[in-house]
Amino acid sequence: MSEKKQQVSRRQFLNYTLTGVGGFMAAGMLAPMLRMAVDPVLKTSSHGDLANVSLSVDDITDEPQRVDWKIDQVDGWYESEVTKTAWVYKDENDEILAFSPICKHLGCFVSWEGSEDFPDEFYCPCHGGRYYKDGTNVPGTPPLAPLDQFEQKVEDGMLFLGEAKEQGEA
Amino acid sequence: MLQKIYDWIDDRIDITPIWRDIADHEVPEHVNPAHHFSAFVYCFGGLTFFVVVIQILSGMFLTMYYVPDIENAWKSVYYLQTEVAHGQIVRGMHHWGASVTVVMLLLHTLRVFFQGVYKKPRELNWMVGVLIFFIILGLGFTGYLLPWDNKAFFATQVGLDIAQQVPFIGEQLKTLLAGDPEIIGAQTLTRFFAIHVFFLPGALFALLAAHFILIRKQGISGPL
Repeated sequence: MSEKKQQVSRRQFLNYTLTGVGGFMAAGMLAPMLRMAVDPVLKTSSHGDLANVSLSVDDITDEPQRVDWKIDQVDGWYESEVTKTAWVYKDENDEILAFSPICKHLGCFVSWEGSEDFPDEFYCPCHGGRYYKDGTNVPGTPPLAPLDQFEQKVEDGMLFLGEAKEQGEA
Repeated sequence: MLQKIYDWIDDRIDITPIWRDIADHEVPEHVNPAHHFSAFVYCFGGLTFFVVVIQILSGMFLTMYYVPDIENAWKSVYYLQTEVAHGQIVRGMHHWGASVTVVMLLLHTLRVFFQGVYKKPRELNWMVGVLIFFIILGLGFTGYLLPWDNKAFFATQVGLDIAQQVPFIGEQLKTLLAGDPEIIGAQTLTRFFAIHVFFLPGALFALLAAHFILIRKQGISGPL
């Protein structure tokens, strides 16, 4: 037989075929498993509606006040009612601001004027993280980003809050 | 009787040479604490393995009572800890053994480092060892959540926040570990359980096999 016709030997052909079939079978087994494992990453997060926090806009002052409200949380197969908290106030321009109380350092609970030593600031008791009234982290304290801000709307004079969103780096 | 059973098996599959290859090998005098007491530093690797075996056994028995479900996880741990005979001991072994594993592993690493025996031709085994170190830390991290008490929950929250700091893929990595972008809950617990009980031990066995095969292949380095 001529050289040109022998480009793929019988042995090579069988090797390729077996490797191909084997690879296909392995992929067929692994693909569903991997897809299952990464499902939470690829799932589009179902953003819930904004919730009525039972706070009249008229009751919002220029002093941050703590607002608690309940939402129905769906965690896979587990549904539960969880309490969410925000610090809400009106700034100089009468703009309503709602900050998440979760410290951007390690997730502790931040309180408005939580320390007598730092008036007019949000204070985190865990590692002394501080934020100015506009949510910006005080440089030199542990947190590296401003407090998250809740999506919000006003309807019929009541405040509605949604997800807490990150603000830009300070 | 035992000899007869052994002979019967040996007759058929000739296990004596296999057994000889695994167990019968020379331990050089300079690594034997019976000859030089200071050679106890060579024991840390073996002690790490010994504690890992305890972890595997005690962990296997713990899963007879443990449930990876947020309603029942804490209750099942509380039950096995307070109601089950010797449950406190088995969980204690697993709990304290986890710390002892890390300590022994660290001592073993320090010995290898300061004796400089990670050098050629043993770099590959050093790398395998570093992977084993990460696996053990992963086992510690995932196991910490399983009792589902407050300490476990908040430690995991911090740990996931750290994972989130990874450049570019941080968010995805956190979601992959926690099972949800926001919530540390039902899906986090099942995931951590699966990782703790199946994925990481599987990887650990493979790496330990490689670690030991390499030791046998390359032998123990000469005295300093």
